[in-house]
Amino acid sequence: MPAMVDQSAVGRHFTPVTARMEPGRLRYFLNTLGETNPVYRDEAAARAAGFAATPVPPTYLFCLEMMDAAEPFEMLTALGIDLARVLHGEQSFVYHAPVVIGDLLTFRPRVTAVTEKKGGALTLVVIQCEVTNQDGVHVADTARTVVVRNQVAP
Amino acid sequence: MTEIGEIRIGDRLVHKTFPPITRHTLALYCGASGDHNPIHVDIDFARSAGFPDVFAHGMLVMACLGQAVTDAVPPARLRAFATRFVAITQLGARLTCEGTVAELFEENGERRVRLALTTKDERGEVKLEGSAVIAV
Repeated sequence: MPAMVDQSAVGRHFTPVTARMEPGRLRYFLNTLGETNPVYRDEAAARAAGFAATPVPPTYLFCLEMMDAAEPFEMLTALGIDLARVLHGEQSFVYHAPVVIGDLLTFRPRVTAVTEKKGGALTLVVIQCEVTNQDGVHVADTARTVVVRNQVAP
Repeated sequence: MTEIGEIRIGDRLVHKTFPPITRHTLALYCGASGDHNPIHVDIDFARSAGFPDVFAHGMLVMACLGQAVTDAVPPARLRAFATRFVAITQLGARLTCEGTVAELFEENGERRVRLALTTKDERGEVKLEGSAVIAV
C-alpha cells in the first residue's frame, strides 16, 4: 500500500511552467467545446469587447499549464500519488488581468493544504498557482483540490 | 443591496443546455486540454481503476459551465469562477448549466454580482456547484 500524502507536502513547490497562448491550440479547444462566441474567435469582436487581442475562455488557464508542462503530472509523481486514484474535487480561478493570444505565461504551483476525510479513505490536496505574464503582470490565481482515493483494507 | 439597475437577487442570468457527451468529445478534450489522464479515454485503464467505463473530465464540464456564463456575461467582466465537482459525469450526459444572482456587493471599487452556478445532467443530478463573480 503506497504511503499517503501527509502534512509534510504543504509548502512544496513544483517546477514553474511557461506556456505560450497559441491561436491554433485555442481553436482546437473552442471546436471541442462547440464554443461559437465571436469574442474568442474574432480579433475585431475581442477588441470591441475591450481586449487587446483574442482572450481565453474561463477555464483555459488550467489547460495551458498542463499542455506545456514537461511532466503534466509531476506533482502527483512527486507526492507518490497514483494517477488512477485521483479525482478532481474543486477548481477555482481568480482573474486579475486579461490573458490574450500571444501572451507568454508562467505558472508557479505549490501545495497549500493537505486534509484527510472519511477516516483516511480520502486525502484532499490543495494546489494553488500564481500566473504571471511576459510583463510580470499577475494575471490570475488558480487553485485545485485533488482528491486521492486511498487504498484502505476491506 | 438587493438590486443594481435591472439585476435583482434570484434573477436567472445563465441557462444553457449541451449535446450528449460522447467518447469522441472525451478524446478531443484529452488533446485540446492537455489532460492526458487515460481514465477519461481508455476503458481498460478506467476498469482497472475500479470504474465501469470512462467518464468526463471534470474540467470539460466546468468548461461547459464557463461557456454558459460567458454567453450571458461579457468575458471582460468575469472576476472569479469556482466549482466543486459533486459527482462524476457519465458518457451520454446532457448537461444543463444555470446561474442565478445570489449576492450584490462592492469590491475593489466595483459593483459586483455573485452568481450561484449549477450543472446538472438530464436526470437532474447535480454534477457541479459553483459561483462566478461578475463586475456590473
